[in-house]
Amino acid sequence: MGNQAIPSTEERKEKLCGMGHSRRRVEDARFIQGKGNYVDDVKLPGQVFGDFVRSPHAHARIKSINAEAAKKIPGVIAVLTANDLRPLGLHWMPTLAGDTQAVLADEKVHFQNQEVAFVIAEDRYAAADGIQAVEVDYEPLDPITDPKQAMAKDSPVLREDAQGKDSVGQGPRKHPNHIFSWDVGDAQATEDAFRAAKVKVKEEIFYQRVHPCPLETCGCVASMDKVRGELTLYGTFQAPHVVRTVVSLISGLPENKIRVIAPDIGGGFGGKVGAYPGYVCAVVGSIVLGRPVKWIESRLDNLSTTAFARDYHMTGELAATPDGRITGLKVHVLADHGAFNAHAQPTKWPAGLFSIVTGSYDIPAAHCVVDGVYTNKAPGGVAYRCSFRVTEASYLIERMIDVLAAKLKMDPAELRIKNFIRPEQFPYNSALGWEYDSGDYHTAMKKAMQAVDYAGLRREQAEKRKRGELMGIGIAFFTEIVGAGPSRNCDILGIGMFDSCEIRVHPTGSAIARFGTKSQGQGHETTYAQILASETGIPADSISIEEGDTNTAPYGLGTYGSRSTPVAGAAAARAGRKIRHKAQMIAAYMLEVHDDDLEFDVDGFRVKGLPEKRLSMKELAWAAYHQVPPGMEPGLEAVDYYDPPNFTYPFGAYICVVDIDRHTGEAKIRRFYALDDCGTRINPMIIEGQVHGGLTEALAIAMGQEIVYDENGNVQGVTFMDYFLPTAVETPKWETDFTVTPSPHHPIGAKGVGESPNVGGVSAISNAVIDAFTHHGVTHMPMPHTAWRVWQQCHALGIDR
Amino acid sequence: MAKTQIKLKVNGKDVEALVEPRMLLIHFLREQMNLTGPHIGCETTHCGACTVDLDGKSVKSCTIFAVQADGSELLTVEGLAAADGTLHPLQQAFMQEHGLQCGFCTPGMITRAYRLLQENPNPSEEEIRWGLSGNLCRCTGYQNIVKAVRSAATAISQGREAAE
Repeated sequence: MGNQAIPSTEERKEKLCGMGHSRRRVEDARFIQGKGNYVDDVKLPGQVFGDFVRSPHAHARIKSINAEAAKKIPGVIAVLTANDLRPLGLHWMPTLAGDTQAVLADEKVHFQNQEVAFVIAEDRYAAADGIQAVEVDYEPLDPITDPKQAMAKDSPVLREDAQGKDSVGQGPRKHPNHIFSWDVGDAQATEDAFRAAKVKVKEEIFYQRVHPCPLETCGCVASMDKVRGELTLYGTFQAPHVVRTVVSLISGLPENKIRVIAPDIGGGFGGKVGAYPGYVCAVVGSIVLGRPVKWIESRLDNLSTTAFARDYHMTGELAATPDGRITGLKVHVLADHGAFNAHAQPTKWPAGLFSIVTGSYDIPAAHCVVDGVYTNKAPGGVAYRCSFRVTEASYLIERMIDVLAAKLKMDPAELRIKNFIRPEQFPYNSALGWEYDSGDYHTAMKKAMQAVDYAGLRREQAEKRKRGELMGIGIAFFTEIVGAGPSRNCDILGIGMFDSCEIRVHPTGSAIARFGTKSQGQGHETTYAQILASETGIPADSISIEEGDTNTAPYGLGTYGSRSTPVAGAAAARAGRKIRHKAQMIAAYMLEVHDDDLEFDVDGFRVKGLPEKRLSMKELAWAAYHQVPPGMEPGLEAVDYYDPPNFTYPFGAYICVVDIDRHTGEAKIRRFYALDDCGTRINPMIIEGQVHGGLTEALAIAMGQEIVYDENGNVQGVTFMDYFLPTAVETPKWETDFTVTPSPHHPIGAKGVGESPNVGGVSAISNAVIDAFTHHGVTHMPMPHTAWRVWQQCHALGIDR
Repeated sequence: MAKTQIKLKVNGKDVEALVEPRMLLIHFLREQMNLTGPHIGCETTHCGACTVDLDGKSVKSCTIFAVQADGSELLTVEGLAAADGTLHPLQQAFMQEHGLQCGFCTPGMITRAYRLLQENPNPSEEEIRWGLSGNLCRCTGYQNIVKAVRSAATAISQGREAAE
């Protein structure tokens, strides 16, 4: 302290590496050297390996299971079936959606590859031998893979266990294969708007079943210490604390005797939020055997059994005036949830946040009904960078706007601008009940259109059309709703969806901070430290970030739905402010001034008007352990549990240009421009990286991915031979851009970005492909837009020769 | 099952081991050698997370048997850094250019890029994209991976010139 010259503000900010810096990632050092610690790297003494006998049938009765031969295979230790789990009450488990799911098929199988028996062996080879030797006698039943057929009058009852139940957790049912009906908006006002409208359009839009498919599959290692009565569960958990609570509720073990550890996770994309039979079986296996049991999914298991996404059969209708003012929106969705209602999302929202379906537009009347239905397909539905069904909602409205534009013979960009929520309308209350926090859509759209020379592209397209060439320009102007969420709206099993940060500043001025979230590649170890650096004045390099160990981290709801920055990022900022506040009190005491006479200056406090009289955070940290004001607790720690007052509403303007070969149906993305507004930007490098990745996943969905079932319920294409994952060759170069409209209610104005590129990307690409055909009167083409499908469209129009 | 003896060199060290003939090379490396660089992503040779360098070729270790590696010289990402711990230019470039997110594909991706730069020390962006097309990444969209490989190629050639 005192008179020595202090470095300039700029130098000190640079050293701090707080918000706004493209700080290089802390995580990378271990990953580039092969020293990550993913769940399959976890090896415990005496560990054994478990894997499943899976059903070859989509729908069948199990007449008998004979595991005697399997148990005699060298290396096989045990075989668990539903009958073994029944006495423990663990043959079924509750889902996060209020339904129940079979852990091991109990009398009946409901989808192909469903878990039937769990073989535990000394290693994975012996487990594979054992699986082959388990004899299961099935009586095949007719499967239903079409949700419309499931709801037919004479349709067989799929879930006999739920027969006669008025509700399976999400409200009244109207058919034995029906799960719920979700009705939102003003039906009467919407009917009135449609009755009065001069222009109406209607389109059936199917968002196909896809899978998030992170490169690492799901897995866990369960280790029961019988002496201490403690269970340690390592696993690919995006929400480790929720897993601990669920395991406690299911197993009856007290929560303090369960330690859940999520080590490094090799991508999640929503596929690692839910609870799967593999986790339960590994836990039971370890409790029974007293040895650690590892379960690691194969890729085939992953694509065919855990966490699919979408499968929404949507019908959209828009009402408008002849000059293009939208007056009403009507939506019906038939949602195929598969065999169990096991989607992972806020419990109260059976269709997630789908009611953001009015998008970026000021639509006065809207009504939306979603019907969830059982089929003989794998359970799940909410995953894959979807922000709880925002992807489906945004796709529907962005497609419908194009459909309406075609009907009105209006430019789709002009129609969007005409109906945008205007800047002065924020905070904006949507017809379906959301309060949009902030936005400046016109500025973003204008910037995007100028960047790509939109008018020039349309001129080029007109010329090409004269020559019979196919060129498409796709626009998506999405508004997301993320940061779940306010506990008045959102809970999981009754636990409010807050998140948390706990920080401890050490005497020498470095710190450790722990969070209730869990990175799967988002770079939290890097970015949280930046938030804390800006707020506390401690350099980011001196702040360690930890997540994923429930014994040390404060309770939090995990990472999905782009919630880490909006919720835990806010907790970080507020915990940092608590540290700063205490440091200010200590500084006032040491400098013998009133704390109001101090001001924060990058990395310490100085006396107003006397800048040479200052104390650095490093000095204050030391003082916190030996020189606190009388009556103040020593130490420098803070905890913050942040329950957000509202969601955040990131938005973006994406424009995609495709050229289509009408002879082969191949669509090539010539240009893709993505402007994102995620509010305050914490680390621009990481934001860009997220956008690149999300767009590449959008490309995959729009152009090639689909989990298909044949009429017998056989799941098709669940290896990488068939399931499309773009390589570096198919992936175009992405152009990124941004505007900044901070969230007014978030402590640092940040909104979240992880899922935006997928939400906007799919619509922009699909709209571009379809736009190439609008002059032929085409209003919609179902995804994925593979060359074969696009060629079929060309062929139907007779333009392929 | 009767075991077979194999001898090979892994990251510069001589190794002798007993393996079941059916044991896949990736399991040998991960379970017996306790390496954590090569990962298993698909079991079908598509994703490249298990890529290792075997006698000067990029090989997906999930679909060859450990016995097939008998007598070979094998390199994984763990063997790329210099003996004094200095990271390989590719490792540095992946960090500098933000060429990774979850990190699961990274060891395979870097190991493949290592061989690519021996095959073609000065690849164009297009050549890098084709050269890495056997390695899938779900997080980055490849853009920064391509940048990293390009930047490592430049760093390596500059290092070579400086040494000459």
